[in-house]
Amino acid sequence: MSQTDFLHLMPLLILTVAALVNMLVIAAWRNHKIIYVITAVSFVAAFLSLFELRGITAYAIDPLFVIDGFGVFYIGLILATALLISMLSYAYFEQREEQKEEYYILLILSTLGACTLVISTHFASLFLGLEVLSVALYSLISYLRTRERSDEAGIKYLILAAFSSAFLLFGMALVYFSVGTMTFAGIATAMSGLQELPLLLLTGFGMMIIGIGFKLSVVPFHMWTPDVYEGAPAPVTAFIATVSKAGVLGIMIRFFLEVDGFRYPTLITIFTIVAISSMIAGNLLALMQKNVKRILAYSSISHLGYLLVAFLAGNQMGVEAITFYLVAYFITTVGAFGVVAMLSDKERDAELLEDYRGLLWRRPWTATAFTAMLLSLAGIPLTAGFVGKFYILAAGVSTQLWLLVAMLVLNSVIGLYYYIKVIAVMFQQPETEAETPKKRLRPSIYLASVGTLVVLTLLLLIVGVYPAALVEIIQNVFATAPEMVAR
Amino acid sequence: MILLWMIVILMAGGLLAWLSKKLHPVLPRWIALFAVSADFAIALYLWLGTPAASLGASPWLMQMEVPWVPQWGVNFILALDGLSLLMLLLTFFIGILAVLISWREIKVKTGFFHFNLLWVLAGITGVFLTMDLFLFYFFWEVMLIPMYFLIGVWGHANRNYAAYKFFIFTQASGLLMLLAILGLYFIHGSQTGNYTFNYFELLGTELAPEEARFLMFGFLAAFLVKLPVVPFHSWLPDAHSEAPTAGSVILAGLLLKTGAYGLLRFVLPLFPTATVEFAPWAMLLGVVGIIYGAILAYSQTDLKRLVAYTSVSHMGFVILGVFAFNQWALQGVVMQMIAHGLSTGALFIIAGFLYERLHTRDIGQMGGFWSKAPKMGVIAMVFVMASLGLPGLGNFIAEFLTLVGSWQANNWLTVFATIGVVLATAYSLRIMRKVFYEPAPSDHPLPDLNAREMLIAVPMVVVILWLGLYPQPILDTAQPSINQQLQAYQEPEVEKEKVAVVEVPEAKLRIEEVKK
Repeated sequence: MSQTDFLHLMPLLILTVAALVNMLVIAAWRNHKIIYVITAVSFVAAFLSLFELRGITAYAIDPLFVIDGFGVFYIGLILATALLISMLSYAYFEQREEQKEEYYILLILSTLGACTLVISTHFASLFLGLEVLSVALYSLISYLRTRERSDEAGIKYLILAAFSSAFLLFGMALVYFSVGTMTFAGIATAMSGLQELPLLLLTGFGMMIIGIGFKLSVVPFHMWTPDVYEGAPAPVTAFIATVSKAGVLGIMIRFFLEVDGFRYPTLITIFTIVAISSMIAGNLLALMQKNVKRILAYSSISHLGYLLVAFLAGNQMGVEAITFYLVAYFITTVGAFGVVAMLSDKERDAELLEDYRGLLWRRPWTATAFTAMLLSLAGIPLTAGFVGKFYILAAGVSTQLWLLVAMLVLNSVIGLYYYIKVIAVMFQQPETEAETPKKRLRPSIYLASVGTLVVLTLLLLIVGVYPAALVEIIQNVFATAPEMVAR
Repeated sequence: MILLWMIVILMAGGLLAWLSKKLHPVLPRWIALFAVSADFAIALYLWLGTPAASLGASPWLMQMEVPWVPQWGVNFILALDGLSLLMLLLTFFIGILAVLISWREIKVKTGFFHFNLLWVLAGITGVFLTMDLFLFYFFWEVMLIPMYFLIGVWGHANRNYAAYKFFIFTQASGLLMLLAILGLYFIHGSQTGNYTFNYFELLGTELAPEEARFLMFGFLAAFLVKLPVVPFHSWLPDAHSEAPTAGSVILAGLLLKTGAYGLLRFVLPLFPTATVEFAPWAMLLGVVGIIYGAILAYSQTDLKRLVAYTSVSHMGFVILGVFAFNQWALQGVVMQMIAHGLSTGALFIIAGFLYERLHTRDIGQMGGFWSKAPKMGVIAMVFVMASLGLPGLGNFIAEFLTLVGSWQANNWLTVFATIGVVLATAYSLRIMRKVFYEPAPSDHPLPDLNAREMLIAVPMVVVILWLGLYPQPILDTAQPSINQQLQAYQEPEVEKEKVAVVEVPEAKLRIEEVKK
């Protein structure tokens, strides 16, 4: 590897080094604050190093990676999200007795995995990234091991993720068997002559879709989602809902555009069925939940369904819409779980609807922020979620996916019901006078959390009211990656 | 620029009102009152400053355009014509009243209440002003959320259910409109290569009959639910009766009007062929609404629910008139929007006064108030008479013009619609009899209207009388934009009708026709 290769991989290297430094510091002196600062600084440093790569036109590190505008944007998105999540984690873990410091190492490692994923152009690096991401997640999910639910969630995720990795590997093997190469470009060349997918290749793709579908938690591979969301600590839930999905979605888009999978009606049919069933199942199941984390879990399933609508549009607008929607969805999701994390106490997370009753009267600002997040998830104007949903609808209408678009609209209405349910609970006037406030940590500890929430709420509104800036950035990103959007 | 200010004043006022609660508990009320009054003054100034004759050449008084999301062809376009101006005057007038009636009624979370109130008004103002379809949808939704909170937080006992129903009905129908907007956007874009949401450019889009039908139904979904037209009305009685007085007044006086405005502004000019096909059905729905609303109003025991059903009935006239496609009927529709906004708003205000004193909305427990509260009785009498269409009051002009117009379009349906006017007499007089004349079931003391309440009621009486006695200024102001909406329906008989003095645009149109 040459020096320029290293320069281009700088964000990833920074993360690697940060994980090592954290490990050494813990060995020398266990201190939550120091580890936290190192983590935050390394995320910021990695993010800033991306500015060196601005306006880059595909730089390939053969055969494993390619660093292009698309990759840089997704790495930036992942790093920013990871940074925000680590900000929210500090207050959350400060009040717990478990050893807190290793959490940050795992967080950095899984972020590294996600970043590796989005710049992969080879099955080997894809799998490597995916495993770094997943293995760190296993332990993150069951991090609060004294909680019963945490263990359950961790084991559930471990078994199912291992299972799905096996499917993915088998799928890759079959693809390799039929085309004789593992690089995306090689596969694309081998497939360029094919009008129909041969059975073996189709089986391979099918198995890969199972593996990917599990990570994205789309129906019918969604069974783990509510339990894991419920059992994992709130910041980790936010991480699963955002970073891990961005990584997988990024690689899926890259691979699919590269091999031009939209030519094959079979694949389109599979994705259409998955998209529609995710939207419907996610929303219908969410209607019956009484647990906020589970509501958000099922809503994330349906949101992935929405994203697939834009994915199926298969044109440049679709990819832009996905990217925009991801940004909006990340702001919203991190914000929502941030509120959950902030309201949680030592014993348990604030996850029952009961915990939110009359929140507007007890903590008006928190309730307002949470309301904004929920309205954004529901896609109401003035919030980023609305513009994102609009973008997806536009992408769908532009390629006349009327069935999918109609399902999206129908599901938005169903979704509205349960978001409003949470809001209505928060706005209920308390029957009795407020009970004595729970013992809380020093207010200064919450500074990072409160600051993050304020930033997120403002971002939500800015993107919602003036989306032109973000749209321009995204369009520029795809302008510098012409081969991505050759279609 | 002044158009933008009207929206900004309301939004900024809302934020200020919310924050100022900390300083002093009465401050939000004054800020809200001041913000809405300022807007009313601006609108009044614009209206008085533009004599009707100067409306001739182009119906547009002023316009502003700023790129907003240039990548998608979304522009921040605000434009004002006679129709919008009238609607704005109504909006701010009712807005002031809404602030005033909440002065004593709302006691908790006053800051947040006024924030919501002003933002609903801001959304409505935006809907009446914007000429960009993306922005239109944006404002259309912006007015929903605060309204949801107004009902859901400050409403009566069953408020949660009502707020839900209101929100989901309107949101679902709004999304269908969004799909139609997108459809129109892409069809226009693929034809001309110019992807834009600009209303003026989209006007000339050539649509295949099939496309036009689907897109029209998308728009209609939103507007017919909002209006509301039977059978999409079921959200209305719940929302109206559970909302606080200010909420009911804004719902009945303004939110319903956005539906009517949408029909006039978007459905008529955008889909001239599809609407003609649909017209008999739409008029039938209107007549069904008139009669059905009236019958249900007669059988209600809850005063606010009763008034809510009269809205269903009155809004039937609006759709009847809109789909008659002639100037008489459209003038009637515009008058109906204004007169109904005032008269129904006033009836809700009276229901609010009564509720404040008696803590019930059940008319079975009322009676004999004529002697106890004569001032209230007189005021109520005026608006009940307005609601039944007594000549000399605004609603009469509205219903008369609408019926004259719709007669030319469809005789039989008009006959049935006229029967609805008779039914209106029945339910209106029932209000007076039950509440004011029948012997009192209890000796509950009933203080008469105080000064603040008179300050609210008297201007409304004056305006409704003025509308009934001298409606010409309103008709003149609305005329050019009505011509504009009807441009695509030019029929020979239009020339004969001279409701107002303005003739310039008609002459121009004829020339254009010859050129074609």
